[in-house]
Amino acid sequence: MDLYARIVRAKLFIDEHYSSPIDLETLSSEACFSKYHFLRLFKRTYNKTPYQYLSEIRIEKAKQKLKAHVASISEVCEDVGFESNTSFTAKFKEYTGETPAVFRLRAMQTQHLVKTQPTRFIPNCFSSQFSPEE
Amino acid sequence: MITRLSHYTIYVLDQDQAYDFYVNKLGFEVATDATMDSGFRWLTVRPIDQKDIEIVLMLVKPGPMYDDKTAAQLRELIQKGKLGSGVFETNDCRATYAELKAKGVEFMSEPKEQFYGIEALFKDNSGNWFSLSEKPKGN
Repeated sequence: MDLYARIVRAKLFIDEHYSSPIDLETLSSEACFSKYHFLRLFKRTYNKTPYQYLSEIRIEKAKQKLKAHVASISEVCEDVGFESNTSFTAKFKEYTGETPAVFRLRAMQTQHLVKTQPTRFIPNCFSSQFSPEE
Repeated sequence: MITRLSHYTIYVLDQDQAYDFYVNKLGFEVATDATMDSGFRWLTVRPIDQKDIEIVLMLVKPGPMYDDKTAAQLRELIQKGKLGSGVFETNDCRATYAELKAKGVEFMSEPKEQFYGIEALFKDNSGNWFSLSEKPKGN
């Protein structure tokens, strides 16, 4: 397996297992590199460390789950691999500037508007040119 | 003075399939997914790290914009891979190529060194083709 395929394999491992505890040892052995070599190659490839990438994935998945509004914030926290609500809220705020609760509330308001007043989100030049007359 | 490009349109043959390609294969996020009473769907996506653009995945079908013949011609051009739609940048072309290839994305060319960086060409599942480019380090 070539170098790129090995790094990608570790990245895809994070994509698939973000909800479980993942450490550098697991990732480097997934990619068949020493820990130090893996860390250097991952950072060179993605411009971020595996830990930064894992955090980003967890926050992105949390955003999707919060928008879906089927799980409580504590459940989302657990679902995306955080060990405590405190660390989840802190990391979420660091990445998005909002707490999970505020993010969910704002997302719900936006979703409601998208559903009830879709034209507010569509430039008129497009809606008038591409939509059949209502 | 124009300050930035906020929306860019990619014409697609099926919006559900395009959603699957851009979100589940390329890893983009949905920016807006709004459907008017007329059934017109405004679906936009963007790379997760680029929040200031909406890529409009516009369904090509007959309507006020295109008559039946024009829509059919445009669909045919897309399907035949005659429309090149833009350049997506990546930090590492070879790694992104390996990942997308593993996810089943169709490539027209493998990563190659060019004077402007490393570039591969791929198609979306409508037939639009794109450059996947990595700028030379230090630029």
